[in-house]
Amino acid sequence: MSLIEVLDLKKQFGVEEPITKVLHGLSFKIEKGELVAIMGPSGSGKSTLMHILGFLDRPTTGQFKFNGEDVSKYDDNKLARYRNEKVGFVFQAFHLLPKTSVLENVKLPLVYSNIPEKEKIKKAEKAVKAVHLEHRMHYLSNKLSGGEKQRVAIARALVNNPDIIFADEPTGNLDSKTGAQIMGIIEALNNEGKTIIIVTHEEDTAKHAKRIINLKDGLIISDDVVKDRRYAKDGLYK
Amino acid sequence: MTITHAFKYAFNNLRTNKTRTFLTLLGMVIGISSVIIIMALGAGAQSLILNQIADVGSNLVGIMPGGSEEEGPPASVMGITITTLKYEDIMDLTIQGNVSHLEAVTAYVRGTANVSWKNRSIDADFTGTTSSYIDVESTDVEDGRFILPEEERTTARVAVLGSQVANDLFVNENPIGETIKIKRESFKVVGVMEERGVVGFENQDTQIFIPIVAVQKLLLGINHVSMARARIDSEENVDQAVEEIKMTLREAHNIDDPKQDDFTVRSANQALEILGTVTSALNYFLAAIAAISLIVGGVGIMNIMLVAVNERIKEIGLRKAVGAKKSNILTQFLVETVVIALSGGIVGIIIGGVVSALIALVINLLGYEWALIVSPGSIFLACSVSVMVGLVFGLYPSQRASKLDPIEALHYE
Repeated sequence: MSLIEVLDLKKQFGVEEPITKVLHGLSFKIEKGELVAIMGPSGSGKSTLMHILGFLDRPTTGQFKFNGEDVSKYDDNKLARYRNEKVGFVFQAFHLLPKTSVLENVKLPLVYSNIPEKEKIKKAEKAVKAVHLEHRMHYLSNKLSGGEKQRVAIARALVNNPDIIFADEPTGNLDSKTGAQIMGIIEALNNEGKTIIIVTHEEDTAKHAKRIINLKDGLIISDDVVKDRRYAKDGLYK
Repeated sequence: MTITHAFKYAFNNLRTNKTRTFLTLLGMVIGISSVIIIMALGAGAQSLILNQIADVGSNLVGIMPGGSEEEGPPASVMGITITTLKYEDIMDLTIQGNVSHLEAVTAYVRGTANVSWKNRSIDADFTGTTSSYIDVESTDVEDGRFILPEEERTTARVAVLGSQVANDLFVNENPIGETIKIKRESFKVVGVMEERGVVGFENQDTQIFIPIVAVQKLLLGINHVSMARARIDSEENVDQAVEEIKMTLREAHNIDDPKQDDFTVRSANQALEILGTVTSALNYFLAAIAAISLIVGGVGIMNIMLVAVNERIKEIGLRKAVGAKKSNILTQFLVETVVIALSGGIVGIIIGGVVSALIALVINLLGYEWALIVSPGSIFLACSVSVMVGLVFGLYPSQRASKLDPIEALHYE
């Protein structure tokens, strides 16, 4: 059973004219442990696809199965629970709570789960350590550098031990050196068995993945294994 | 998300925007402190009235010239001179069999004049009354004697000084046997009253007591009395006595129809009821003003929360992305408004309490027995009203926040 199975997935915005058709019937599967890049230029539909796969949105038609379960018709509350338990997001703009400590930021997803407070703190500390920021545990997020902020965001995505992590242009706001460090963390997490989907318009970033799904105008134009894969240890990639 | 978390986030957010929080709180602080002050003033005023009337005595009956409606005050208490009540009417009441259970009855006429002794002079109130004054008012002389029954019917030139008058005029000398001058008339001081303070809204220690007929003829040139008071043997017999007094007076004044009464007879309890109605009406009026300030405070909170929702759209998007449900966001913002409103309420209670205490202090310094009453009820009411204001005025902004689309919110610029 695939982790993600998408069949003839379509998405349009608006029910009356003007209707914007964004995705025109996509079909693919993603297995557990994969590191996939969804690539494409602006307007290709990659962000819309990520939103659907990340339970932030629903497809207009078609099937989206997660762990074999069709989730395309789930209501808002069920989608919220899935976002909380099954996925983690890393955003280009970091999206950290300002004037809030690193630990509190990382703990945020756990606030919406029913586990005891002590365990929440333990899990958050573990996630902070995983991105090597234990020395910044109680720093306020606005005092951190860009690279550190993104590491906090990765820790936050990891904290609930999700089935899959979505990284939306994870290096977009970082210099190339810091970007390489972030990609190194993403590679390491994948090596530990985490399924990761990177959404990017940059080929260099996409090449860190094992597989690239290339979108254009709402259609998959290629879905290939990366032959000349890049690794963070290679250093500067921009 | 637990309520504890919601409170924690609320306090964090309020702390990070200190100036804004302070300004938002201000509306609530003013509203709630007004509620506390108004309730304390109302309760204080009521206790003052109760104490004053209790000091006078609940088995006292007041007799005033001029008729009145059942629930309203007689015209005479509103400063209108009515001459329908005479000293003889009051004497009629003492005739055996007219008013059962009557212990004593006395009449009053009052004036203010310059009083002098040797080269000293002061302004003092003088009261023309009868020998039974000390029985009706439950008081006594400290020194010397009071007016005698035989003196009250004549223009006997004797005077009994209130304790403060004695002090002011004679300082350390003994006034008994001395002659004072009131409006060029000479009176011999025969006694000094014991200290009584303010009773029935009047300082009894600044009075000079003179036989009633002497005051009428020598000082005021009138032949009516301003009012009379009767002491009944016990509270249970007051109603019966009131009726008997009315009957006696109607007979003396040849009145057949009670509607034509040219006098008013009221027990202390009736007076209390009338005053209670007046103070309650005043309280409602003031409470309405306080309610308006609370609404203004609430609108202020709503305004700020709408701004806060707009400022925190990205945060809301993030929270939704990591699993917050609509209800979680709604709770978070509602708790935040309730925390603002309740904090404002608590500060308002403290300020209201302090201001009420200062008011009580000033009134006590003026010689009235004013109790500081900030009841648990009014504190509970203020807290509940604060929470209600938070809930009502926080609902719209919170709903707006909870309905935000997570994708739009995340990408909001």
